[in-house]
Amino acid sequence: MRAPRPAAPLTPAVRSGPAPTATPTQRAEETAIATDPKSDRRNGIAGWAPVLLSATLFAWFCTFLPAVAEGEVLLWQLDWVPSLSVSLSFLVDGLSLTFLLLISGIGTLVMLYSDSYLRGDPQYARFALYLTSFMLSMLGLVAADNLIALFVFWELTTITSYLLIGFHNDEADSRRSALQALLVTGTGALAMMAGMILMGVAAGTFEISEIVAQGDVLREHPWYLAIMILILAGAFTKSAQVPFHFWLPNAMAAPTPVSAFLHSATMVKGGVYLLARLHPALSGTEVWLWTLTIAGAATAVFASLQAMRQTDMKQVLAYTTLMALGTLTLFLASGSAYAITAFVVFLVTHSFYKASLFLMAGCVDHGTGTRDLRVLGGLARAMPLTALAAAIAALSMAGLPPFIGFIAKELGYGGSIEAASSPLLVTGAALIANALMFTVAAVVALNPFWRRGGETPSKPHEADWQMLAGPLILAALGLAAGIFPHVLEHYAAAPIAQSLLGDAEKAKELHLWAGVNTPFLLSLATFALGLVLYFARGALRRALESTVGRLPDLDARWDDVIDGLKGFAAWQTRLLQTGKLRRYLVVIFATYAGVMAVTLAMKAAVVVELDFSDLILKQWMVVGLIVTGAAIVTVTRSRLAAIAALGTVGIGVALTFIVYSAPDVAITQLLIETLNVVLVSVALLRMPLLDPAGTHDHRPKDAVLALAVGGVVATLLLCVLAVPMDMRLTQFFEEASYPDAHGRNIVNVILVDFRAIDTFGEITVVVIAALSAYALLRTTGRRDRA
Amino acid sequence: MKSLILRVATRYLAALLLIFSLYLLLRGHNEPGGGFIGGLVGATAFVLHAIACGTAEARAALRVQPQTIAVTGLAVALVAGLVPAFSGDAFLTGEWLFLFAEDGGKGIPLSTPLMFDTGVYLVVLGAILTLVLAMEEEI
Repeated sequence: MRAPRPAAPLTPAVRSGPAPTATPTQRAEETAIATDPKSDRRNGIAGWAPVLLSATLFAWFCTFLPAVAEGEVLLWQLDWVPSLSVSLSFLVDGLSLTFLLLISGIGTLVMLYSDSYLRGDPQYARFALYLTSFMLSMLGLVAADNLIALFVFWELTTITSYLLIGFHNDEADSRRSALQALLVTGTGALAMMAGMILMGVAAGTFEISEIVAQGDVLREHPWYLAIMILILAGAFTKSAQVPFHFWLPNAMAAPTPVSAFLHSATMVKGGVYLLARLHPALSGTEVWLWTLTIAGAATAVFASLQAMRQTDMKQVLAYTTLMALGTLTLFLASGSAYAITAFVVFLVTHSFYKASLFLMAGCVDHGTGTRDLRVLGGLARAMPLTALAAAIAALSMAGLPPFIGFIAKELGYGGSIEAASSPLLVTGAALIANALMFTVAAVVALNPFWRRGGETPSKPHEADWQMLAGPLILAALGLAAGIFPHVLEHYAAAPIAQSLLGDAEKAKELHLWAGVNTPFLLSLATFALGLVLYFARGALRRALESTVGRLPDLDARWDDVIDGLKGFAAWQTRLLQTGKLRRYLVVIFATYAGVMAVTLAMKAAVVVELDFSDLILKQWMVVGLIVTGAAIVTVTRSRLAAIAALGTVGIGVALTFIVYSAPDVAITQLLIETLNVVLVSVALLRMPLLDPAGTHDHRPKDAVLALAVGGVVATLLLCVLAVPMDMRLTQFFEEASYPDAHGRNIVNVILVDFRAIDTFGEITVVVIAALSAYALLRTTGRRDRA
Repeated sequence: MKSLILRVATRYLAALLLIFSLYLLLRGHNEPGGGFIGGLVGATAFVLHAIACGTAEARAALRVQPQTIAVTGLAVALVAGLVPAFSGDAFLTGEWLFLFAEDGGKGIPLSTPLMFDTGVYLVVLGAILTLVLAMEEEI
C-alpha cells in the first residue's frame, strides 16, 4: 500500500530533451491518491508545533528590527573549539536580519501550508522534523559569524535538503535527485571549506566580522585567487549557477512546500548570502567582477530560456528561480550602490513572489491533480483565492507597477547601465531575462486560471485556509512593499548597504515613480518585448527546442560520471579485495615491509652493532624457546601443533618482559597469548582441511615474506636502540604518579589517569570490534543454516 | 569436551580465577594488575567454563549477554569521565575520596580512576566473551 500523498513529482523535464508527457493512467492514479478519504487524519503536534516555533522565532527576530535599522550590530559569542579558534559566534546585522526574517517568516507560512498539504501522511512527523531542522540550520547559517560554524550550518542545510528532496523515498527518481543535490552541493562545500581555511589563515582569524574588515589584506594576499575560486565553488553549487545548475530543477522531486521553502526562498540563496557576506572581503578585483558577471548573466539568460520550454508548473518555477539566482549573483559582481540596493530589493521581492507562486502551484496540484500547463485552464471560477494570489505574485514577478517587482527591476537596470564590467552585456542579459520573466509569469500564473477551456484530471476545488494563507500573504506583501517602498529601504536596504558597503547612506532611495529615465525606458522595452514573446510563445518554444534543447545535457553527463565512479570502485575492489585471507595478509605484510625498508634506507643510518656479551643463561634460554617455537610453526603439518608453537613464541616474549622487569606487560602478554591460542584453535577448527599440494607451493614465497618482515622489524628495533632514549616523559610519570595520581603502578596510572582518554578510545574500539565480529558471525551463520 | 575431571576442576578454578581477577583489578593502581589484566583473567574463567561445560552453561553462568557487559563497561568508563564535571574539572580528571583517612594515611581510597578501570575490566571481559562464545557456538 502506498502512502497517501497529494502529488507525485513529474519526471524532471530537463533530462529528456522534449517536454514530458504524462500518461492519462498515471494522472488518474495520482488523482485517486489526492482524494484519498483517509487523508483527513490530523497531524497533531507535528502539525502545529513547527508553526508555533517558527512564528515565535519570527516575532523574536522582529524585535531586533529597530536596533539594526539604526545601524547596530548584535553579537553573541560562545567558545566551541578554542584551540582551533572555532567559536559559536552569531552576528545580526542588516544582511543577517533580512535573511533571518525571510527564513522564519516564510518558514511559518510553509509549515502551516505543509500541515494541510500533507495531511494524513503517516510520515508527517518525519517531514516536520526535517523541515524544522532545516529551518534552524538555515537560521544558524545566516547568523553565524565564524567561518567554521558557518560551514557546519551550511552542511546541515545540505543534509536536511537531501532528506527533504528524497522524502518520497519509495521513488527512484526522488532518490536520484536527492543524491545528486547532496553530491553537487556537498562537493562544492568541501572546496569551500578549503577556501575558508585558507581565508582564515590568511586573515589570521576565523571571525567573519574581523575578516571582512581586512579586505585589502586579502585582496593583496598571494592566496587570493585560490581562496576566491574555492569559495565560489561552494557558493555557485549551492546557488545552482551554470554549469552547476542541473541539480535544482531535479530537486523539484521534493514535496511542493519544500520546493517553495528550500529551493526557491531560502537554501539556494545560501550561496548568494555567502557572496554578499564576504563581498567586502573579496570583491573589488577584476577577476571577481568578471567571474560573477559571466556566471550570473549566463545563468539568468540560460534559465529564463529554459523556463519557456517547460510545461510542468514546478519546473517552470524552478528555472525562474535559477534566473533569479543568476541575477542576484550578477548584482554582487560589482560594489556599486545601485547594484547592492537592487540586490536587496530583488532578494526580498523574489522571496515573496516565488514562495507565493510555488505554494500556489501546490494548491493547483492539490485541487486538480495535475501541474501540466498544457492541460490547466479556467480555474479562476473554482479556485478564486488561489487565482488572486497567483495574479498578484505574477504581476510582481513580471515587474509591473505598483508592485515591488517593478522597483526591483528599475534598480537592476539602474545598476546595469553603469556596470563596471560591460554595461552592454549586463543590460542586454537583464533585458532578455526580464522580458522572458514577464512572459513566463503570464504563462505560469495567469493562463491556468483565466485561459478558456482546460480539462483537469479531477474536478478543481479550492484549497483550505491553511494552504491559502501563505500564497495570499506573500503576494500581498509584494504589493504592500511596492506601495510603501521606504519601509523596505529603512529596514533592509539601508542596513544591508551598511553591512556590505560600510555606509547606510549609500543605499539608493526606493521610489515607485522616479521619473522618465533610462531604467524606465528599459522597463517599457521589457514589457513590449515580453508581450511580443507571449504572443509568439509557440514559435519561441519550437525555436528553443532546436537550439537550447540541443545544448549538452549536463544531467545525463552526471549519470555518466556516477557510473564511471561506480565502475572504478568495482574495479579496484575486484583487484584488492579478492576475498582470500592469504592474499590480504600478503598485501598487508608486503606493503609494511616495503614501506619500512624504503623509509629505513632513506632516513636512518643503519648501524648494526650486535653485542651479546651481557646476556646470561636465562636470557639465552628464552631466545631458544622463541626460536624453537617459530621453527616448529614453519615445519609442522598439524594445525594444532602450529597454534601451540605460536603460543610458545608468545610465552617466550612474555618471559622476556619478565626478565627485563615489566610485570604488567608480561602478564598481559601471557593472558592475551593464552586467549589467542584458544580463539585461533576454535576458529581454525571450522576451516576446511589443508590442501597438501597447494600448501607446499606457498611456503617458499611465505618464507621470503616472513624473513623480510622479520628483518625489517629487527633492523628498526636496532636503529631505535642506537638512539639515546628520551627519558623526560618516563621521568615525569615516575615523579608525578604517586603524589598526583595516588598510584605506584605507573603503567596503570598512565592507562586510567594520565592518558585515560586514549584508553577510552581503545575500549570503544574493542567494544565496536566485538559487536561487529559478533554481528558478522551471526549473519553468516544464519545464511549457512538456511 | 565432556571430561569429568576438567568439569569438576573448572568449578573451583573458575571461581578462583574470578576472585583473582577482582583482586588484580583492585590492586592495579599500586601493584601489577589493573582493569585490562583483570578483565582478561575474568574472561579466562568463563572461557574455561565454556570449554568444560559448553557455551550454554557458560552463558547461564554469566546471566547477562556478554555484549551487554561490554557496552555497560563503556558506559561506566564514560560516566567516570563525566563525574569530574561536577567539580568543574576537565573530562576524565581523577577525583579522589579518602574514606576514614587518618593522618598521613589514605584510608580507603575511592576514585574515578578506579571506576574507569572497572569500566575497562567490564569491556575486556564482555568483548572477549562475545567473541569466544559466538565462535564456539558456530562450530
